[in-house]
Amino acid sequence: MEILLQQIVNGLVQGSVYALVALGYTMVYGILGLINFAHGEVVMIGAMIALTVLQTLLAAAVAPVLAVVLSLLAAMAVCMALGYSIERIAYRPLRNAPRLAPLITAIGVSIVLQNLAMMIWGREYHSFPLPFNSTSHQLGGAIVNDVQIAIVAVALLIMSALMWLVQRTRMGRAMRAVAENPAAAALMGVDINRVISATFMLGSALAAIAGFMVSANYGIVHYYMGFMLGLKAFTAAVLGGIGNLRGAMLGGVLLGLIESLGAGYIGDLTGGFLGSNYQDVFAFLVLIAVLILRPSGLLGEKLAERA
Amino acid sequence: MRLHRSSPGRFVFAAILLALPFVIDALLGHGWVRIADFALLYIMLALGLNIVVGYAGLLDLGYIAFFAVGAYTYALLGSPQFGLHWPMWVVLPLGALIACGFGVLLGAPTLKLRGDYLAIVTLGFGEIIRIFLNNLNAPVNITNGPQGISAIDPLQIGGFSFGNSYQWLGMRADDVHLHYYLFLAFTLLVIFISRRLEDSRIGRAWVAIREDEVAASAMGINTRNIKLLAFAMGATFGGISGGLFAGFQGFVSPESFSLMESVMVLCMVVLGGMGNVGGVVLGGVLLVILPELFRNAAGPVQQALLGKVVVDPESLRMLMFGMALILVMLWRPAGLWPSTQRRREFAAENSVLQQEQETVYDASK
Repeated sequence: MEILLQQIVNGLVQGSVYALVALGYTMVYGILGLINFAHGEVVMIGAMIALTVLQTLLAAAVAPVLAVVLSLLAAMAVCMALGYSIERIAYRPLRNAPRLAPLITAIGVSIVLQNLAMMIWGREYHSFPLPFNSTSHQLGGAIVNDVQIAIVAVALLIMSALMWLVQRTRMGRAMRAVAENPAAAALMGVDINRVISATFMLGSALAAIAGFMVSANYGIVHYYMGFMLGLKAFTAAVLGGIGNLRGAMLGGVLLGLIESLGAGYIGDLTGGFLGSNYQDVFAFLVLIAVLILRPSGLLGEKLAERA
Repeated sequence: MRLHRSSPGRFVFAAILLALPFVIDALLGHGWVRIADFALLYIMLALGLNIVVGYAGLLDLGYIAFFAVGAYTYALLGSPQFGLHWPMWVVLPLGALIACGFGVLLGAPTLKLRGDYLAIVTLGFGEIIRIFLNNLNAPVNITNGPQGISAIDPLQIGGFSFGNSYQWLGMRADDVHLHYYLFLAFTLLVIFISRRLEDSRIGRAWVAIREDEVAASAMGINTRNIKLLAFAMGATFGGISGGLFAGFQGFVSPESFSLMESVMVLCMVVLGGMGNVGGVVLGGVLLVILPELFRNAAGPVQQALLGKVVVDPESLRMLMFGMALILVMLWRPAGLWPSTQRRREFAAENSVLQQEQETVYDASK
């Protein structure tokens, strides 16, 4: 019972991060119909920038709260610029090209970013300095610390803000219009390029926050961290129904829970034959199962002819 | 690349291919012959993937899994791991067969999916295979886990081992040279099959599915079987080259079958020109050789220009690789050497356009 509760807590925390990253995938997919394979790397760059700024500020004896806020803002700013540039350089010129072309440039961008990060920050694991003591709390048998509570709270806050932005603001309406039908939106006076740029920047800012969260939760930053995270988040987006914001959130949290419960119980279920090192298999097994049973994802609409 | 049966170019080309390993050895050294061997392996892989992606238009991001299946079949049945030393002519086809089975296993449930959904499912499939290879060392040791399997038997036919050196007529042929000829034979076979398939009913059915699946099925094509066949054939080629890889290396570990490798093979297909055998071969050659060139040049060039090695050549190599992907796609989104069919389509459009313009021009005259 305690294991169950603990795994649910862990799953929720991890799932919140997946959800934030998945939003980035799903927004871009909703508008461009493109898997932004470089998104995981944006998360990693965000974490790296936050790490560097935080280290510098803490070394200069800036107040801890201020240091955290500033490093988060710096990471968001850099990632937004990065997201904007990626779209301009690697995706925009290829909007009418064969469908595989932008996929390949996306992979190219992701390789470039990974190796740039390796050159700048090295191959080693960096420990992420958190200037607070994260006290642990008992929650009916499970242990939760402050960082984890903050992660879930911030994720919830951001997701509601995003829903508000998409549903209630002018920019959000433009985004929905472009996602529905770009040509018609353009005829109605929507500046499509601006909307797409804004989408990329928004998604990248969320990625920066997610990068900060993952680093704070695990205490480790590494140039390769974006890869698996990106893959999982994309899985989450597909699971929920890609192109659907609520789906991305649901998919992220569900995936976090499934993974964490799977890793916690697989040993018992298989009599010790398979261990928790099979954790990553769950994400993909669930994905395959969902896609076969419900190809459009849990909340997705049926995309009849979108190849 | 289509040389006529009677043309003398064909013989010149064959002579070049046959002399190549020794020329490379004389000019560049032993290491580059090895790279040529790998280039051939990758070309085989890329041609296999070309059937799935290039002909049938099914985006597969987990293709390296079939390569892994072939390689591990060879490694498990022909090494001290289980004490089995089955002969190559049993293990190699068996590996291809098992890979083919996995191809059907992957294809069958995903037939309804297309585009990006298919891409992500195949990606997941590839990762699952890799995770299993990585972890099947406990509690029962099958794959030896991350350490991989070593001391794999060399490729051997009867008493002739491709892992040895032989002396003929004063010429010394080492293992890298011998493997080159073996791989060349297999590559030519794969090219031959690919070309024949392309012009066959099956090939045309694949292209029809790629262009418009609904229309294809309306024309009476059994899209389910035809797609399954694409997966199965692609996987079979992957399995064969995997087995050859295991025998050549003498060592396999899960590291060789990461997603990055799938991506690499996909890049060969797309960069070269999807659906065109010549283009895929070109893509394979370029993507194996250019990074190697760069790896060898990056250190000395930095040394000469800056006096020391500032940036690690390995990450610089990957950086350049990534940039090359972006630039080539921006410059030629249909690949370096697109399929003749695509070119024909373009040409047809242009000539119609030209005619129309001429008519307008004539009328105004």
